[in-house]
Amino acid sequence: MTALELDAATKEHPGSPPVMALRSVSLTIGEGEFAALVGPSGSGKSTLLAIAGTLERPTSGSVRIAGAGVGHLPDRELAAVRAYRIGFVFQQFFLVPTLSALDNVASGLLYRGIPAARRRRAAAEALATVGLAHRSGHRPGELSGGEQQRTAIARALVGKPAVILADEPTGSLDTAAGQGILALLTALNAAGSTILIATHNPEIATAVPRTITLRDGAIESDSGSMR
Amino acid sequence: MNNGILGGRRQGRSGHPSRLRPADTWALAALGVAGRPVRALLSALGIALGVATLVAVLGIAGSSRAQLIAQIDALGTNLLTVTPGQSFTNGQAVLPATAPAMVRRIGPVQSTAAIGEVNANVYRNDRIPLANTDAINVYSAQTNLLQTMQGHLARGRFLNPATARFPAVVLGASAAAALGADRAGGTIQVWLGDHWFAVVGTLEPLPLAPELDRAALIGFPVARRLLGARGSPVEIYVRASPVSMAAVAGVLAATADPAAPQNVTVTSPADALTTRADASVALQSLFLALGGIALLVGGIGIANVMVISVLERRGEIGLRRALGATRTHIAVQFVTESALLAFAGGTSGAVLGGFATTVYATARHWSAVVPAPTLAAAMGAAVAVGGVAGVYPALRAARLSPAEALRTI
Repeated sequence: MTALELDAATKEHPGSPPVMALRSVSLTIGEGEFAALVGPSGSGKSTLLAIAGTLERPTSGSVRIAGAGVGHLPDRELAAVRAYRIGFVFQQFFLVPTLSALDNVASGLLYRGIPAARRRRAAAEALATVGLAHRSGHRPGELSGGEQQRTAIARALVGKPAVILADEPTGSLDTAAGQGILALLTALNAAGSTILIATHNPEIATAVPRTITLRDGAIESDSGSMR
Repeated sequence: MNNGILGGRRQGRSGHPSRLRPADTWALAALGVAGRPVRALLSALGIALGVATLVAVLGIAGSSRAQLIAQIDALGTNLLTVTPGQSFTNGQAVLPATAPAMVRRIGPVQSTAAIGEVNANVYRNDRIPLANTDAINVYSAQTNLLQTMQGHLARGRFLNPATARFPAVVLGASAAAALGADRAGGTIQVWLGDHWFAVVGTLEPLPLAPELDRAALIGFPVARRLLGARGSPVEIYVRASPVSMAAVAGVLAATADPAAPQNVTVTSPADALTTRADASVALQSLFLALGGIALLVGGIGIANVMVISVLERRGEIGLRRALGATRTHIAVQFVTESALLAFAGGTSGAVLGGFATTVYATARHWSAVVPAPTLAAAMGAAVAVGGVAGVYPALRAARLSPAEALRTI
């Protein structure tokens, strides 16, 4: 079973001359895999994640998430795919500063129409999974960078998505906090989560089971699926 | 997984729509407003001022009207007046001298009092030029006139069967002022139809019969004896049982002048005053327009703030799209937020307007009246203005591509 499948995905940004952000990338991430996208700035890592996460549509080629094609879905259904199948983690965390850690995590289920009480219960569980049960009442401003990113990861996994997409999750953190996040992602993967991260950090790249190197919008090398 | 059976496209649809509960929509809007309290306060201020103006204008007008109507009610709404109208042939018609007695016989009529024509003028003394009448009319009055009008004396006494036979006069409120009788001490005399008349009393103003305020009233007997007045009634005041007002009004003309009922005019002074009170409310439209403009400007203020808010909150918009919000969810969130801002402004404006009304009414010893429909309309207008103001910013937010929104932080 594949969690994520890109087939000849191409992204061209219009302009003169047009910029080819992604050139016919084909990629399959299996269920339970942990893979890292590496490559220099502008190599297309973020574009690939955005297309994989249905935040952007490819100019050509197709995307399948948990086996389902999303190419021709209208906005309403793409949104549903994101609400149910994909968890996002960002470099800037994107936590709502006026909400507690618990409510921030609960917002991961907001667009499934689940009642608030049930969202909070699931959020408490997810916070415990990332080791932040004791910080659930704190607001993001009262948390360290590492704790904030753990909160954001809890928000991504609270809905048990088919795949977690993390764009430079350690990019705003110091080395120790970054190591902590890597350890958390590794543990989550061991517990069954499918994770695709984009990173600059070579240390992290080497610690991840599968490494996909991008250059100029195309796959340069792929250490291949471990499974 | 079973999506092999259901087919690829079914996966996004089958029973798993992106959905935002109404309660969560409100919570999101409240979160957006509460997250930037100072900005919310400033942007709601315009709406608050607009609504406060509308509520205060309508409240003060309503209180004034209620006060006026209460006053009119206190004077008694069961008063009718009978006056001679215009006759087709001879110009001014004349009521028969028997009219007051005839009217008194109508069943539900409780009392009647007539004033009669006296062809004379009144002056402060015998040296005043004849042209200076001060627009005071001299009438003969029945001795129960004050009682029928439920009027009050400012000083002295009203005419009684004794004084009605002698040169004694009672002055209406403004007539008394014009002749100086309201300031003079002791008994004074006025020069009336070439005779000295003693002023035995002066009246308080009579709102239901302002013509009596400008009148000098003498007895029918003395008018006939000294001034040769024939005593034909110029106005008959009729108090009738309140439940039979319409019936009495219907038969008054024919009763007063059976030969020529078309020459008789019947009016209800209370109705006329009430109509005037309503008309004065309509004069508030200028202030209402000002309030409306303030509301509109408030709406523009909210639109401005929301446009800036959308620019600043691109990251949040991107995040919500990544969490599964549809374009519609984003648009609804911003419209709701903007309507909520307007609602908050509208509520504080209504409180402010109600407070202003209360202060103004209390200062004038009125009871404050803020009609509920007014409040509802003002609040409704505020929320509508806020909602409309939010539409453009909301559409901008909804149009934002999620990837772009997340990138530009």
